[in-house]
Parts: sequence; C-alpha cells; structure tokens
Amino acid sequence: MRFMIMMHAPRGEGAGDWQINNWSPEDFKRHMSFMQDLNMELHKSGEWVSGEGLASPAEAKLVRASRNGGAPITDGPFAESKEFLAGYWIVSVDNAQRAYDLAGRISAAPGRNGEPLYMAVEVRQVMDAPPRTLPNA
Amino acid sequence: MGATPDAVTHALHLLRELAPQVLGAVARREGDFAAAEDAVQEALIAASEQWPVAGVPDNPRGWLYQVARRRMVDMRRSEGARRRREESLVEEEFGGHEPFVAPPDAEIGLDRDDTLVLLFMCCHPSLSTTSAIALTLRAVGGLTTGEIASAFLVPEATMAQRISRAKQSIRQSNVAFELPSEKERAERLASVLHVLYLVFNEGYTSTSGESLQRADLSNEAIRLTRMLHALAPNEAEVMGLLALMLLTDARRAARSGSARELIPLDEQDRTLWDRSQVSEGSALVERAFTRGALGSYQLQAAIAALHDEAPSTEETDWAQILALYGVLERMTDNPMVTLNRAIAVAMVHGASRGLEVVATLDGDARIATHYRLDAVRGHLYERLGDTARAIAHFRAAAERTTSTPERNYLLMKAAGLARGTS
Repeated sequence: MRFMIMMHAPRGEGAGDWQINNWSPEDFKRHMSFMQDLNMELHKSGEWVSGEGLASPAEAKLVRASRNGGAPITDGPFAESKEFLAGYWIVSVDNAQRAYDLAGRISAAPGRNGEPLYMAVEVRQVMDAPPRTLPNA
Repeated sequence: MGATPDAVTHALHLLRELAPQVLGAVARREGDFAAAEDAVQEALIAASEQWPVAGVPDNPRGWLYQVARRRMVDMRRSEGARRRREESLVEEEFGGHEPFVAPPDAEIGLDRDDTLVLLFMCCHPSLSTTSAIALTLRAVGGLTTGEIASAFLVPEATMAQRISRAKQSIRQSNVAFELPSEKERAERLASVLHVLYLVFNEGYTSTSGESLQRADLSNEAIRLTRMLHALAPNEAEVMGLLALMLLTDARRAARSGSARELIPLDEQDRTLWDRSQVSEGSALVERAFTRGALGSYQLQAAIAALHDEAPSTEETDWAQILALYGVLERMTDNPMVTLNRAIAVAMVHGASRGLEVVATLDGDARIATHYRLDAVRGHLYERLGDTARAIAHFRAAAERTTSTPERNYLLMKAAGLARGTS
C-alpha cells in the first residue's frame, strides 16, 4: 500500500519563511544528513516511490478560476498560517503502521541545537487504482 | 548463469556506440526515420538483455541491423490488410522464414555521416528543446526510454510520449535525412551544440532537485560531443563546447562534500580536480582559438581553463577572465554573463565596483528576480564586510532558488555569517 507523507514545517520568525534561517551551520548539517539517511534507507528497502522538497512558500501563488471567467493569480495563499508544506514522500509499505512510524521519525527531525522539530506530518493513503486510464505510449 | 559487471559495461558501451550507425543505415534503407528509430530501440533492448549473458556476437553491428529490420517487417505485418501488398514485397525480400544471419558491415551500407545527419535531425530547430534532448539521447545516444526518463525524473510513459511527439514534428516538418546545406549549417550546428550543452548542464547541476540515482547525463553529453568533434574536427565551437564540458566536469569530485553539500569554487580542494581532463580541455581551447572564428563556447571554455589552471582563487588570472567576460558579453547579450563579469570586476577592482555592475541588472526583466542576483550580492557584501546586508541577500537568494543543494548552501552561508556577528 502506498502513502503520501506530507511534512509541514514551521514558519520562521523574522528571517524569512524558513525557521532554519536562524540555525547554525552544524544544526543545518545535522538536519540535512538526517533527511539524506532517511531517503537512502527508503531506497535501499525498496519502499521509496517518490519524494520532493518544495520551493519557498514566498514564491507560492494561488490560482482560482472565477465565475466571471479567467483565473486570477494571487500571491502566497498561506500568508497567515504558521506552517507550510515543505516537502512530501510517497512510499510503498507493507502496512499503515510503517508509514506512521516513518512520519513519526520525520516529525522529530533534528532542528536547532539538535532538538526535535516536532513538525506536523500528515499521512494519507494513496488510492490503489489510478484515477483514469492513461495511454500506453 | 549471470553476466559479470564488466561484460555488462562492455556490452552497453558498444551498444551506445553502434546505435546511431545502425539507425542511420536502417532509416536510409527504409525511408522512415520514426519507424526505424522504434525498431532500433527494440533491437538495442534485446541486445542489452542478451549480450551481457550470451556474449557479444561476432558482428554486433550486423546483429542489431538484422534484428531492427526484422522488427520493421513485424510492424508492417501487423499493420493489417490495407498494407498486404507491401507485406508480400517484404516477404519476398526476406524469404519469409530465413535463418537469422547478421550481414557483414559491407552489406549494411554504413555511412560515416549518418551519425551527424541524425544529430542534426534530432536537434532540428522545429523541435522544442525538451523534445530534442529526449530524442537525441535515444536515437543518437542509444539510451533506452526508461534510462532517459529516470535521468529527468519523469515516468517512462511521459518520456515515451515526448519522444513520439518529437518524431511526429520531424515527420510534419519534412526534415530530409541528409546533411544541412552549407547555408544552413552554422545555424543548425548551433542548435545541436545547444542541446548537448543543456544535457550536460542537466547532469551537472541536477536542477530537478534531490535525486539519489540519476543516469550520468554529464558523461553522456561529453561522449556525444566527443563523437561530434570526431565527425566535424574543424568546427571551433564544437572544440569549445567539448573543452568547456571537460574543464567543468574536471571539478566534479571537489564540487560537493560528504553530505552532498555544495562547495563553491574558492573553497574546493583543487588536488581533487581531474588533471587529465584539465589538460585535454586546455589543449582543445588553445587549438580552437587558433582557428580565428571566436564563439561563446570557446570563450566560456577559456575562462574555465584559467580557473582550472590556477593554484588558488587569489592566484587566478582575474584580469584576463574579466577581459574574456567583456568579449563574451558583447557577443551574447546575456545578463547572466554580465553577472559573472560583476564577480570578475569585484576581484580586479574591488567589491564596490562589482556591486555597481550588479546594479545595472536591476532593470533587466530577464534576470531581475533571479536568485543568483541576490547570491552574488551576498558574496560581494560579505567581501566588503557588510555582514547584515550579506545575510539578507543570501536568505533572499535561498528563498528563490529551486535547487536543494544550492538552497542549503545559501542558508549555510547566512547561518555562518549570522553566528559570526552574534
């Protein structure tokens, strides 16, 4: 079964979108190695399907088609929210518990001074059958 | 019974080398590039499964040629009743169920220019660059759709679709299977070089974020450019591009640290640079420069050579680099070149003068919001000792870049400076 694991990172205070803006280089390295080791583990175990980090929410745009026609683009949809989607994984695992375990580890990724970040990590099962039939090119 | 890793590597290298030669011969004979390309791709896949295990056949070129032509016969058979007349012709030619004999090279009708023709065709200006890249890697590079897809981090079906659309455009624009005329040659060669340059860059910068397994696009670009150089040995810009790739790739081992973090040029361990690539690249630039017709790849290669030959940032010949950027800027009107010149200006005349050059780009819509503008400002303010401004620019750059290693590097710079001041 496949799950999407969505990592919501806390917004920074006073130094741009990322809390990591206020970290030391060591904090930063520790955090990066954590993510890299996790990804490597998922590759080696054959559970990795895909995963991406997302660009800064400062660059995010919100598009909603309007009744009057057209689809106006507005800046940053999450301006007032405290957390934002920073990245996601799709993993193929044997059971839901494994996905929750991974989410738990991600949530406690090391932050400033190595303290766990306790991020909000959302876990959603991916539907089994594709939404529609795709052509076999 | 398994194939040894050496046998696999050897078979794959040979396959990729033979791919364009066989495709050229089949396409010319059949007069249908799109179908020939599909048939050769299937022959390559069959070979990549069989050769490493059963050994490379005595006449590998003829083997691929024969498998591809049989595949074309099969494809025509399945096209149904409408084509029945054609089918009987084909059967006559092949005698229906003849035993498999790989024809010797002399009978295939090989043409040395075929590979060149294919390159010009796959990089035709009527194709979008993404299509041209995909088609070039498959038809000329001999890579499978799956390998190309994984290199660009898209599903295989998506890449297959991209390739088939590229072939459709070629068919619709009636590109002939022949070398471009003398009149067109320079422009068409420029498209080929641009495509090869983009393949190299994709591999080098890994723009698509964090991937642990990417086919080596940089090596593939170097291999194809080398091949082009062998086929068109007098083209100075081909030499220039090959030199630029070698001189850039030479720094590969020094470019990133143990956590894959980016290490900038001035902090790299230069003993890790590949000396043989540096000397090959430098020799190529020198040879290209003697040809007279100066081009942008040669200039970029010359700049790369000056960096590669310097023992350190301080001992780099910045005055000459500045002069070369000046020539390049007049030749290309590319704001990224101006930004690079700003760095050279800063190294020769001081950071404030460099910042003045950067400021001239603020009104240029092509680059004004690009993260590199902030990144360069960050570095120049750091040199000036204006830490607060440097931090602000590094952070702004980090928010704009879409490359993970780049973002991490910029945030690290800001973090390091912030701690220094606190």
